[in-house]
Formats: sequence, C-alpha cells, structure tokens
Amino acid sequence: MSVDILMPALSPTMEQGKLTKWLKKEGDSVRAGDVLAEIETDKATMEVEAVDEGTLAKIIVPEGTENVAVNSPIGVIIAEGESVNNVSVNAAALKAQMPGMPTAEAPPSLSTTSVVAPPEPVATDVATVKMTVREALRDAMAEEMRRDPSVFVMGEEVAEYQGAYKITQGLLEEFGEKRVVDTPITEHAFAGIGIGAAMAGLKPIVEFMTFNFAMQAIDQIINSAAKTHYMSGGQMECPIVFRGPNGAAARVAAQHSQDYAAWYSHVPGLKVVVPYSAADAKGLLKSAIRDPNPVIFLENEILYGHSFEVPEGDDVLVPIGVARIARPGKDVTLVSFGIGMTYTLQAADALAGEGIEAEVIDLRTIRPLDIETVLASVRKTGRCVTVEEGWPQSGVGSEISARLMERAFDYLDAPVLRITGRDVPMPYAANLEKLALPNVAEVVAAAKAVCYR
Amino acid sequence: MAATSGSQGNGSAAPEAASLTPISLPNAGLTQFTLDEELAAYREMLLIRRFEEKAGQMYGMGLIGGFCHLYIGQEAVIVGMTRAIKPGDQTITGYRDHAHMLACGIPPKAVMAELTGRAHGISKGKGGSMHMFSREHRFYGGHGIVGAQVPLGTGLAFANRYNGNGNISFTYFGDGAANQGQVYESFNMAELWKLPVVYVIENNRYAMGTSVKRASAMTDFSKRGLSFNIPGEQVDGMDVRAVAAAATQAAQWCRDGNGPIILEMLTYRYRGHSMSDPAKYRTKEEVQKMRTESDPIEQVRERLLNTHQASEASLKDIDAEVRALIGEAADFATHDSEPDPAELYTDVWK
Ligand SMILES: Cc1ncc(C[n+]2csc(CCOP(=O)(O)OP(=O)(O)O)c2C)c(N)n1
Ligand SMILES: [Mg+2]
Repeated sequence: MSVDILMPALSPTMEQGKLTKWLKKEGDSVRAGDVLAEIETDKATMEVEAVDEGTLAKIIVPEGTENVAVNSPIGVIIAEGESVNNVSVNAAALKAQMPGMPTAEAPPSLSTTSVVAPPEPVATDVATVKMTVREALRDAMAEEMRRDPSVFVMGEEVAEYQGAYKITQGLLEEFGEKRVVDTPITEHAFAGIGIGAAMAGLKPIVEFMTFNFAMQAIDQIINSAAKTHYMSGGQMECPIVFRGPNGAAARVAAQHSQDYAAWYSHVPGLKVVVPYSAADAKGLLKSAIRDPNPVIFLENEILYGHSFEVPEGDDVLVPIGVARIARPGKDVTLVSFGIGMTYTLQAADALAGEGIEAEVIDLRTIRPLDIETVLASVRKTGRCVTVEEGWPQSGVGSEISARLMERAFDYLDAPVLRITGRDVPMPYAANLEKLALPNVAEVVAAAKAVCYR
Repeated sequence: MAATSGSQGNGSAAPEAASLTPISLPNAGLTQFTLDEELAAYREMLLIRRFEEKAGQMYGMGLIGGFCHLYIGQEAVIVGMTRAIKPGDQTITGYRDHAHMLACGIPPKAVMAELTGRAHGISKGKGGSMHMFSREHRFYGGHGIVGAQVPLGTGLAFANRYNGNGNISFTYFGDGAANQGQVYESFNMAELWKLPVVYVIENNRYAMGTSVKRASAMTDFSKRGLSFNIPGEQVDGMDVRAVAAAATQAAQWCRDGNGPIILEMLTYRYRGHSMSDPAKYRTKEEVQKMRTESDPIEQVRERLLNTHQASEASLKDIDAEVRALIGEAADFATHDSEPDPAELYTDVWK
C-alpha cells in the first residue's frame, strides 16, 4: 500500500511554501519521525517528518520548487518490501503541486481568509518596487532607526527570533541588542517601561506579539501614554508607537482574534493607524515613529504576506489622519480600513459588473478620523456602507454613521449600513469562523440595498 | 509526607527576622511505585504522547487549525501530579492543555474533536486547542493568554477555602508565564489568605524562542515565592516518581491549611513551541540528549522491564490498546460533523 506524503501546513495562515531540500532519496527506507525534507515559508524553515514507515518510493515535488500548495502530495511512501516500480503517480497529484493551483483538499480554514490583494493604482511618475507588507514595515523601522538614534524596538521575540511574525527580521543584526530589545512576557511592564523611556526623550517602538496581549498593558497605554500630555498641561511628551498584528488571523479563536480599532479610537490623546497596503504600512509607520504622540499601529497577520507596489526612497511618508480614495465612483461610498479593504475592493469590482460604481475610501487612520473625505464622497453618492471585521456595537462604522447623520443628513438617500464581524466571540470551528467574519457577498448586497437595487 | 510547618506567625519576639527565614520543606524524594502504579503511569504517559503525535500529524494534514501546542516530553509532570489529586480538586493551565485534560480523565475523543473543531468536541468546536474546559472533570481551562490562569487558579482556591471543602486548586503555568506581574499579585494574596493552591511551574527551559536565562533575572523558579513566604521545591520533572512525591507532599501542605506552595518542574518540550516554530534557538543535539537520556516514558519502561520484570508482551499490549484508543479518537474527530451554524450565536450569554 502506498501513502502520499503531503505538504504540511505549519501555521494558521500558511497556504503554500517552498520545498527547499529532500533529506531522503528515492529508495531510502524511512521510520516514523525521520526528517524527510525541509520546507520554507515566508516566516520560517521547517522539517517534514515521516508519519509512516516504509520506503520513499517516489519524490513528486523536486527540491527547490516554490509555491507548493499545502496538502498537495510531495512524495510517496510504500511499505517495506513492495516494489518501487509499481507506484504510479496520479495526474491529480501532479496537478496539485503546480504553482498557484488551489487544491480541493485544502482545509476550509485556509481558504476562508485567503483573499488576494488586488493591484494598487499608483501614480505613474514615481518609481516603485514590489514588496510585502511585512518587508515594508521592516524597512520603515530600519530607515527610521538609521535616521534617528533615539528610536529603538522592544518586545517579545523581536531580536534573536527575528519577530514572532518576522517583522523585525534583520534588525538585531544591523542595530545590535541595545536598540533591538527582547523582553520577557510581561506586557504591562514593558509597555510602561516604553512609556517612561518616551517621557525621557527616547522614541520606542513597542511590538506586541499580537494586540490581544496588549490588553495586559491597556492601562499603561491609556492612563499613562494617552493622557500625560494633557495632564501635564503640555509639558510631557510621549512619542511612542505600539504596533503589532491586530484582528483575526485564521482559526486562532476567541482570545486571539479581536479587532481593536474601535477600542483605541475611543481614547483622546491616542492616534490610531490601520494600514492596508504595503505603501501605506511603510509611509504611515514612518510618520508614526516621527510623531510626538502615542500612536497605536494596528497591523494584520493575513496582510503581512500580501505584496503591493511601494514608492522607492527612504523619505516617503504618508500623513496620519488622511484617508485615501482607493477607487473613485459615483453611486455609493464604501468605507473601510485594514483588512476590511480586501472585502471592500472585491465588492467594488463585483458591483462594477452590475453597473454600480462604488467609491471606495480607505480610512488608513481611525483617530484622528478624516471625516471630511467621507463627507465629500457621501455628499456626492448619497449612500454609504461601512466595512470592518470588528464587532458592531460602538464600532468604527457606528461612528461614521453617526457623523454622517449629523453632517450629511440632507444628502443621504438611504440609511448608512454597517457590515461588521458578528456580535460573538470568535469561534474556532472552520465553518463558524467563516460565518463570524464579514464576506464580499454581504458587502455587495448592502451596497445594492442602499442603491435600492 | 510530614510537611514541616512554617516559621511565620509564631509570635516570636523578632517578627521581622522570623519573616525573613524562608520556609523550606524537605526534598520529597521519590515515590516508590508498585508494578501496577508503574503500569498505570506508563499507560497514561503513553496515551498523552500518542495523542500529541497524532494531533501533530492531523495539524499537518490541515484537520487541525490555528495554534496547536504539544506536550511531548513533559508527560511525567501532569501524570505525576495527578497522583495527588482527590475528587473535587481543580486543574487549570494555559494553552498547552491537551495532556492535562487527558490526565483529568476527559475522553480523548472529546479533546481530539475539539482540536478539529467539530460538534462533539468538548467545547462544541468553539474553543479549539487553546480553549477547552470540562465542568464535569473540574478542568477549568485551557487559557490562551500567558499567565491569566494564575489568578484564576488562585480564585478556585479562594472558593475552596470559602466553602471549606478541603479541595486544592492545581494551577499550572510555564517558565515564561512566571514573569507576568499578575502571578506575583496572586502569590501575595494566596499567602496572605492561606489559599489551598499548588502552583506548578512547568519549566521546559523555553518560552517560545526565549530560553529561561534570557528572560529571567533569577532562574530558580522554586524561589519565586520567597518574598511572600511561599515554600517551593525544584523537582525532576522527567521522573514521574519524583513528581508524584513532590505532588503528594505539596497537596498535604495545602490540605493542612498552610496556604500555597510552589513546585518547579524541570522538564523539556521536544517539539517546537507550536506547529509553526522552526526551533532555531536550540540545537538538535540538545533535544536529542534529553530524548535519549531523560525521556519520561523510557524511564518507566526501563524500570518495568528491569526492576519489575514485566514482560515485553505486556507492554506491547498497552501500546496496542493506547494506539487503538487514539486511532478511534482521530477517526471520530475526522468524521464528526461541523457544529450547526446556529451555534455561532449560542452560549454568548447564559
Ligand atoms: C499575554 C500573552 N503574551 C504573549 C502571548 C504569546 N505566547 C503564547 S505562548 C508564549 C510562550 C509562553 O512560554 P511558557 O510560559 O514558558 O510556556 P510554554 O509554552 O513553554 O509551555 C507566548 C509568548 C500570549 N499568548 N499571551
Ligand atoms: Mg516554557
């Protein structure tokens, strides 16, 4: 009997990886637990262990192959004593390994969140380079650290491990352990230490492994960072950036899947930035580091691996507090930010196919909120749908809706609709998780509803 | 079992000096297991190991998603500790929780089906690997936030003292968690109010990619209660007999009304922190050395064959029985249906 060796999934968000190296050759005998091959994702290198014992009869995916889909067969093991020649590799198996081919067997968890980032329109006169959000964030920090010796990074696994999500890759090597500081798992205290250091004139970038863990530190962020400038009558400054992945990743369930955009946006004294594209991630993080105020910088794990065109040069900043028209249109305004943009842009495409021209606004900053850009758009379209992964009550959509009601009431031809995550803690089960998150179809449906179509 | 009493509250003329004398319990030594006890420990540890190996495989196949933290290498800790558990005692831990559940007697099927996110998982598929609970088995989670279980476990002990039920809360956490501030806030109150809680620090030498000495100014975790006057003991967490002995002594200390106690278990995790950890922060040789020289299961197996003259065949029978149980659990977890979509909205409120 032959058994396929499948490309394993190694992380909640892994969809494909590179098969770097085979450590066994065809014909070698293997025991359960033997390391068969090494694979590499954008985050890490890992070993593939044999699950069964027998003989490695066939290597289907040769070493060096990129983009091997999770769960596609990479080799075949037969029971000891069977003939190697009897093994036929089925066509489906070969097809499954082709780059970019989705596999039918891919677990639902992986496909629910795998929205492909559509290309970004970029001004043609600027030279750009394609990079992932992960690289853009790293470059932003590295450039600012080169520019200003008072900037340093601190957090769990940021130095030697190169970041739990590899955002600080290479920083330790370039800047040394004085400026790239590994902390114990003590969020409340290291957030406070960062704030104290900022009060003393340094410019800390505090990485939370994820923002879920910043809840350990939220008292320091709000009571110490956000309010000090005000309480001191403007004497004290707190130039600090708190950054890290925010929101749902994939299947990490209730305690690890929350969108904090609305939470922090409630607090005067904080700035809250939520980039979507790599260009914004870079330009906004640079602005955040230079900003004299505490900035909450909310990233997204799923977006880390998405690629976008980013302007070249190390002095390209994106201002905090300015929204971006991601796609112009006249019929309905769709407002989103961060990963919500993936649903929104796809919905706009789908709507275009039905003759509805949606104007898509990427807020980029939640506080201060660029309501003027939204107002201008809604005064034109008369309709608005907001899209976010966070919970509905007191969400970002609620805030926009209230402001539109106050300032654009006479322009509205339909009630503002909010598409949000469901009003429940994030469930673990694949099917429930999918139901808990917004989807493209409901954005399309809401946009049509406000257009009375 | 004779726990020496503490030096606190003895009305000495020099209370300040007295309170600076650390309480120390005698080294608990080793519990001498009978053949049946060795066999039981062997079977329970093997069940955990095979369960975890299967979970690792199923993760690779995409049947389990999210984070999945395996307990392989640490089996002697939970199995030894549960030698001291009495009906009504509570257990609480972090996200590396599959083994604690199995050791509390929760059926492997219910745990595995939770890992696959299915309807008959112990949390109906809503919690996943890191968030599992069982009221029936007095297992209070399964917590994803590092250190959060420590005050919760202390609260379970508070309830025990309040109700005067003579029960203990066994509160497990890692060497990394041991640096969280809420741990020390809990220690203080636990000693202040003499709460019956055994704090079990599972020192597996690493918190994700950070070794103990890179994260802790003082690496002897058994002494972390000193400034609160909580006694502590360092235990060979790879030897189930040493764990059992320490557990028994600690439980007695708590049941006698002496308040909290700390057990630092020196143990080791063989696998990466979670499935996506390339484990580049330690050498293969280091892992291999622990595996070959200190494996908790091999130690018992050796004793069974050499000291107790158990037959290879009797151990093979246990292996086969455990394999069948895990196979059945995996099969159940693979074929059980997904939760009903309506479950999305249930259980938010009671
Ligand atoms: C408050 C908080 N911070 C960070 C994390 C991410 N995290 C999960 S496990 C872990 C390491 C914990 O190590 P340790 O306490 O030694 O337990 P072990 O994993 O070794 O069992 C970290 C940093 C988290 N879940 N919660
Ligand atoms: Mg540890």
